[in-house]
Amino acid sequence: MSIPLAASAPVIDPSPASGVFNLLWVVIALPALGAALILLLGNRRTSGFAHLLGCATVLGSFVISLVLFVTLLGRDESDRQVGQVVYNWVDAGSFHAPFGLLYDQLSALFLLLITGVGSLIHIYSVGYMEHDARRARFFGYLNLFVAAMLTLVLGDNYLVLFLGWEGVGLASYLLIGFWQHKPSAAVAAKKAFVVNRVGDIGMALGTMLFFATFGTVSFAGISAAADRADDLTMTFLGLLLLLAACGKSAQVPLQSWLLDAMEGPTPVSALIHAATMVTAGVYLVVRSNFVFDHTELAQTAVVVVGAVTLLWGAIIGCAKDDIKKALAGSTMSQIGYMMLAAGLGPAGYAFAIFHLLTHGFFKANLFLGAGSVMHAMDDDVDMRHYGALSKAVPVTFLTFAIGYLAIIGIPPFAGFWSKDKIIEAAFGDNLVVGLATLVGAGITAFYMSRVMLMTYFGRKRWEEGVHPHESPKVMTIPLMVLAALSALGGLLIFGDWIVDWLAPVVGPEPELHLGVPTIVLTLVVLVVVLVGVAVAWLTVGRHEVPRTAPAKVSFATRAARADLYGDAFNEGVLMRPGDRFVEGLVVFDDRGVDAFVDGTASSFRGMSGTFRRLQTGYVRSYALSLLGGAVLVVLALLAVNIA
Amino acid sequence: MSSFPWLTVAILLPIVGAAVVALLPKREPGAALPKQVALGFSLVTFVVVAIVGLSFDVGGPRYQFTETHEWIRAFGAFYAVGVDGIGLVLLLLTAVLSPVVILASWHDGDGGRWSVNAFFAWMLALEGLAIGVFAALDVFLFYVLFEATLIPIYFLIGGFGGPRRSYAAVKFLLFSLLGGLLMLASVVGLYVQSAKTPSGPTYLLTELSKIDISTDVGRWLFLGFFIAFAIKAPMVPVHTWLPDAADEASPGTSVLLVSILDKIGTFGMIRFCLQLFPEASKWATPVVLVLAVISVLYGAIAAIGQKSIPRLIAYTSVSHFGFIVLGIFVLNSYGQAGSMLYMFNHGLSTAALFLVTGFLISRRGSRFIPDFGGVEKVAPVLAGIFLVAGLSSLSLPGLSPFISEFLVLLGTFTHNFWYALFAVLGIVLAALYILLMYQRTMTGPTRPEVAGVKDLGLREVSALAPLLVLIVLLGFYPKPLTSIINPAVADTLQQVGVQDPKPAVPASASGEENAQ
Repeated sequence: MSIPLAASAPVIDPSPASGVFNLLWVVIALPALGAALILLLGNRRTSGFAHLLGCATVLGSFVISLVLFVTLLGRDESDRQVGQVVYNWVDAGSFHAPFGLLYDQLSALFLLLITGVGSLIHIYSVGYMEHDARRARFFGYLNLFVAAMLTLVLGDNYLVLFLGWEGVGLASYLLIGFWQHKPSAAVAAKKAFVVNRVGDIGMALGTMLFFATFGTVSFAGISAAADRADDLTMTFLGLLLLLAACGKSAQVPLQSWLLDAMEGPTPVSALIHAATMVTAGVYLVVRSNFVFDHTELAQTAVVVVGAVTLLWGAIIGCAKDDIKKALAGSTMSQIGYMMLAAGLGPAGYAFAIFHLLTHGFFKANLFLGAGSVMHAMDDDVDMRHYGALSKAVPVTFLTFAIGYLAIIGIPPFAGFWSKDKIIEAAFGDNLVVGLATLVGAGITAFYMSRVMLMTYFGRKRWEEGVHPHESPKVMTIPLMVLAALSALGGLLIFGDWIVDWLAPVVGPEPELHLGVPTIVLTLVVLVVVLVGVAVAWLTVGRHEVPRTAPAKVSFATRAARADLYGDAFNEGVLMRPGDRFVEGLVVFDDRGVDAFVDGTASSFRGMSGTFRRLQTGYVRSYALSLLGGAVLVVLALLAVNIA
Repeated sequence: MSSFPWLTVAILLPIVGAAVVALLPKREPGAALPKQVALGFSLVTFVVVAIVGLSFDVGGPRYQFTETHEWIRAFGAFYAVGVDGIGLVLLLLTAVLSPVVILASWHDGDGGRWSVNAFFAWMLALEGLAIGVFAALDVFLFYVLFEATLIPIYFLIGGFGGPRRSYAAVKFLLFSLLGGLLMLASVVGLYVQSAKTPSGPTYLLTELSKIDISTDVGRWLFLGFFIAFAIKAPMVPVHTWLPDAADEASPGTSVLLVSILDKIGTFGMIRFCLQLFPEASKWATPVVLVLAVISVLYGAIAAIGQKSIPRLIAYTSVSHFGFIVLGIFVLNSYGQAGSMLYMFNHGLSTAALFLVTGFLISRRGSRFIPDFGGVEKVAPVLAGIFLVAGLSSLSLPGLSPFISEFLVLLGTFTHNFWYALFAVLGIVLAALYILLMYQRTMTGPTRPEVAGVKDLGLREVSALAPLLVLIVLLGFYPKPLTSIINPAVADTLQQVGVQDPKPAVPASASGEENAQ
């Protein structure tokens, strides 16, 4: 495929699937089948084998993904886009959308991430959910999620993408609310779905604007015609897609659901709310590069959202005592990095995806590690009740430590390579943006060191009767694999491999213009990171951690604890006035519209006698009114006829 | 084979069935025989309609299975029936839902004002009349059947409902009669117009649509039809009869009312308003669209605030009917195809929702949301089906209502961006009204009053299963419906004289066009 001149994005032009690529649909079908079997047969009938089936289907998809990837590697660079139309999904009037799949360099990486990390988390869940009576159903939901996520990244048009988009939303809803006997879990699940639906407005309107502009919703058709569209349309499209991305990826201002989503079982937090689903917004922006490359305004909006969120999430992460919420704040922040990179255009697309992959490794690693700690501590999530766990859960500690080094960006661990690239690209774009990423790196180092110190070091602050023990092998082996990936994920950037690999999809990376040699910037970043670690040591590590959170804290800490008042804002500005509006409308409907109508009705009653009589003798009165109607018909027609 | 009067048979079978059930000896309440006979008749009717559906020729003439017999010569009225894609889809819906409703309502006629026989006889009568309405190709025949459907539904609400059933039944009747009266005026007006033509008076749809009616007269006649259909559909502000009716009626009656009978309103808009008065339809479009958008939002917001489950579902339908009307009057192919699909899909999802909540309400003995909580724990199958039905109502992709709602919004968007911007808010409101209801009834700690709730039994699951299977199947493969809808949409739009808007930057259609 030839790279077009100037700044226009590459055109998607897949060749029909042949050979092993005919198996593309099976990658989705396997977990979908698993989900259907488990959920239709029911929890009781499948409790003996659902966990095995659940793991087997995702592993099967992983094996196919691997084969597909190797085959794609073997193909010529110009021939690495494969399309498969499974069937014609919607044909209505002049609107057509096939159930079409696109396997290219971008979706290939996602397939490996989703099925690879997905398999590990499935296996881990066998142990983690062992004592849950509804484990079979849990695996049904997990399989449903994987099938939907694969649909999201494989769809070759925006309607199929939307199918996956809402499918993962549904799975997320079901899994956040998995323990729905707890009202907090049920509320969190609903909140996640509703906030995501706000984002879906962008997705829906965007898809419609695509059709109205291009007469198609397929990536191939739109990318081919994108150069001819006017800039204003492209700006609207970009902003609508950004709205969608904000919902799914928990970016400001639609970030509030992610912290509550930690109500779900921890493997869910690892798979859906860290490694895969929440990164779908980044995928959407990168996939739609043929839109964003035409609109500087929308790109700037993406960068701003990313920059704000990366700081927002990091600040929240600093103040949380709940280990999962600290990690959730971190996820929000890291996705902010990816979003920011995606907003930089061809200079950042590849790095956004690179960081997305490494983050998928180390954040899954950290979340599963947190789950392992919770397993040891009788499901307590309060880090103030932890301490000195490095000896009690040594495997978890070591793997968690590798994830920790990866996320704060210590060389040679994965996060160092991917975050450093984003910071470089950010400085290359704009000093303020660059500083935001730099400060973010320091805060990340602080809050992650805080988590490390409070959990594994210091004195024991355990609740009475807690006897921590290392998790079983079925849980620790996935941890070890993820730790290895967190350590080695940086290899993807060697020889600029991932940049070259993605160039045919996202366009070639333009030359970077930094005022200083990149090594200088790298060293500055490292210094900032070490400062963050040092601050954590001085404020948390050196002192005894109180078992209850101190109440007398600075305004900043209070604000961070309250998620920077995101929920307070939603409640005050949206929910309470909304409730009042709903109440008002119901009253209006009952008293206003209905009273008017009842009034009209009573004048009818006046004519036909008392209401009582109408009610009791209604058979007769109905017959009369019908007869009256019939007589009217005949009279009217006769009158007209005679006249 | 082709001359066999399939449609007449489909109309008469349930009506004969109704007579048979009514004449069966009255037994003690709970006797199975009348129910079994009713179910049998509705199943045979389904087979007949299915034969019509399977032998419908997609590429053939617009109206098929036509029968025309002179009825009242002086008025030019004929017994003329036949189906195109629009009618066929609704015929199929009626034939699918009737046996489902009868099976689901097995015990609902036991404690009524009249015998069990009457309950099921009225249901069958309603089925026959509804099939007649959707098959009618003569305006006079349509009007007579339209009014006749009021009788069974009136008795079903008034005889087998809740404590305020009499009020609800009378309210329903008054609204419907008012609409009927306005329509009558227009029906008479049509006669006047057709009597002026050289060929003399006629009520045949095919003949009437050729008559050139002057602008002013056409608009007045249009209004008579439209208001009647708007009351039936129902649209805001003439909707208030529906929540009361649904609140008092048995779940099965509500399904027949909302899923089938209310479709006569939107069906009539396409069949009569657009086809007979294309000029007036275009003239009225802005006002109709504004009312439709108001219905979408008003119904959804009112639904969020309801305490009673059936009332809530009724208001969701007000919102959904807003979408259907929107798609009809944006006058483009995807919008209209979406509306026709919507009529079918809404029938399925609302039926599933009414029936499954009906099972829940009869178990708990209350229809008020605050009286529930934690039902999922004691009745997981019921909760699961409730959730799927709810998700279909909020148009989750993968379930059939998504495609129709998306197409309607798409049609709205290409017609006028602003309408779409408001209507699309409905997708957030829908998530709220469904998930709030689910959260409040199904999740949380199990309330002591619902601890004894039994999960669904075999009969109940078998009644709901066909609906759920269709909802999922048509969500992924809507082609069986779209292939019969598309030609009818093309014909309708041609008759109105409009074409789809052209894209600003048409893309080459590589990998996009289907094989046709």
